[in-house]
Amino acid sequence: MKEQDLKKMLRFIFILGSLAMLLVISMIVGTMLIQQHPEWLHALKENHSSKNNISNQQENEPNEEVEWTPEALEAVGLVEGEGLQLVLTHCTNCHSAKLITQNRFTKEGWIQVIRWMQATQGLWELGDAEAEIVTYLSKHFAPEARGRRIPLEVEWYDL
Amino acid sequence: MSLATMASILGAEIVYAKQMLNDYIPIGINEQEDLKSLGKDPALKVLNDRPWNVETPIHLLDDKVTPAEKMFVRNNGQLPKRPDPGSWKLTIQGESVKSEKSYSLSELKSKFKQFTFQVTLECGGNGRGEFYPPTEGNQWGQGAVSCANWTGVRLKDVLQDVGIKADAVYIGYYGTDEHLSGDPKKESISRGVPIAKAMEEETLLAFQMNGKDIPLANGYPLRLVVGGYPASVSGKWLKTIAVRNKVHDGAKMETPSYQVPIEPMEPGEAIKAENMQIITSMPIRSIITYPKSGATFALSAALKIRGHAWAGEQEVSKVAYSIDFGSTWTSATLEKPVNRFAWQHFEAQIKFPKKGYYEVWAMATDDQGKSQPMVVPGWNPKGYLNNACHRIAVKVT
Repeated sequence: MKEQDLKKMLRFIFILGSLAMLLVISMIVGTMLIQQHPEWLHALKENHSSKNNISNQQENEPNEEVEWTPEALEAVGLVEGEGLQLVLTHCTNCHSAKLITQNRFTKEGWIQVIRWMQATQGLWELGDAEAEIVTYLSKHFAPEARGRRIPLEVEWYDL
Repeated sequence: MSLATMASILGAEIVYAKQMLNDYIPIGINEQEDLKSLGKDPALKVLNDRPWNVETPIHLLDDKVTPAEKMFVRNNGQLPKRPDPGSWKLTIQGESVKSEKSYSLSELKSKFKQFTFQVTLECGGNGRGEFYPPTEGNQWGQGAVSCANWTGVRLKDVLQDVGIKADAVYIGYYGTDEHLSGDPKKESISRGVPIAKAMEEETLLAFQMNGKDIPLANGYPLRLVVGGYPASVSGKWLKTIAVRNKVHDGAKMETPSYQVPIEPMEPGEAIKAENMQIITSMPIRSIITYPKSGATFALSAALKIRGHAWAGEQEVSKVAYSIDFGSTWTSATLEKPVNRFAWQHFEAQIKFPKKGYYEVWAMATDDQGKSQPMVVPGWNPKGYLNNACHRIAVKVT
C-alpha cells in the first residue's frame, strides 16, 4: 500500500470517527435537554400533526382522540368550542365531565385547579395544550356574580 | 353476586356463564354501574359518575331513618369491584400498635359486642354550591346528608384487643377504592380522626346499615362510622386502620382538603397552609323535608311542616321557622335525639295571614347557643361548612 493511500484512509477514518462522536454528543445533549423541557417534544409533535396528540409522558396519559356525539356532550353540559378536543383528551379520561361542568372559575382559578391536580392527583404536564384548555374552560365555565343566597328555583304543585 | 343479578346489571344473558370461574365478575359489571345497579332511587341527583357523587333532593330525606336507596353517595376514587365478604380482612397496624393484628368479618362479629347507633353522616362540602367566588369540587346543594342505623362493633373494643401504645395520637383508614387515575401507588382518600374521637362509645366498625348489608357505594362490606365529623372520616370499604403517633398523613389530610381557615378570611383570597386547620365537628344545620318546595294550597288550610336538625358533636336545643324573611321567628316542636350524633326531628303547623308568595325558613340553635346564619357563612378555599338556613317556597291561594 502506498503512503498516500494510507494517509487517505486514515483521514477517512478520522472524519468518520469525528462525525460519530458529534452524533453521540448531540444525542446526549438532546436527551438531557428534552428531559428537562418535555414540552419541546410536545411542540415538535404538534407541528408535525394536525391532531393534538401528545406523547406519552406518563403511563396513563391518553394518546388518542376521544369520539363524543353532540348528544353525549350536551348530556354532561360541555359545549362545542376551540379547545374542547383537548379537554376531552386530558381531563375526562380520569374523571367525569360533570366534575368540570359543575364548576365555575376565572382563568387564574382554572390554572390553580390544574396545578392542584398536578400536585396531588397525578395529572401530567399539559404543555402547549394548557393555554387552550384554560381559555376554553374560563370562556365557557366562568363564574357569574351572585348575592349571598342563590334564588330558589321553584316548580309549583298543588299540595 | 348471582348470575341473575349480573345478567340484570349487564342487561343481557351471560351466554357462556358456565365457563366462567366461580366468583368471576365480568368486566362489563363495573363499567355499567348506574343508580339502579347501585340500589339508589332514580330521583337522586348525579353530580358526578366518575367518581360517583350523588345528592338526595331534600324532600326525599323526609324519612326519620334514611333508607339505603335515599342515602347520598360521596366517592373519591373508583368504585371497588363487589368484594367477597368471606375473605375480607381488617388489619390494625401503625407505629402505635403493640403488634399488628388482622380480623375476618366473622371474627369481628363474634369476638366483640355489637352495637347499633343512628348516626348523621354529612359531607364536609354539603352546601358548597352557594359559595361565591365558586370553590372547586362537587357543587352540592344541601342534600349530602343522611341518618341511618349503623350496626357494628366499637372501634375502641377492637383497638383495646390489639393493644395500643401510650403515644397514639391519631388513626388513619385505608379502603379498597382505587385512585381515579388507576395508578396503584396513589390513594384516593385516606383520612382519620384524633385517637380520643376514635375511642368514643359511638365510633363503630360497621358491617350493617338499617339491618342489612351496607350498599356497595356506601362502603360494603365494612366501614368506619364516626359521628359529628365530616363523613369523609368514616372510611368506606375498610381494609386497614393505622394507629399513628402523629396526625395521619394519608390522601386528603393535606391542605386544603377538609381544612378551613383558622381566622376568617376575605372571599377569594389566597391563604397559607399554616393558617388552615382540619375540620372537626360539623356545624349546626336544619332542613325542611316536608312539604317539597313549591307547594300551593288554600288560605283556609294550615301548613304542616317537618324536618330534621343536627349539630355535629352538639345537641340541637331549638328549631324556629319564619315566614317573613326572618323578621319574626316561631318555635317548632323538637324531638330529642335517639342517641348522640342522631339527627332530631321537628314539626310545626303554620297559619298564613293572607294569599300570596311566602318562603318558609328554618333555623336551628344548639345547646351552646349557636344558630345557623341566614346568609352563606365565611368563605373558605374549598367551600366547606355552608350551614345557611334552608328555605322552601310556598304559594297561598
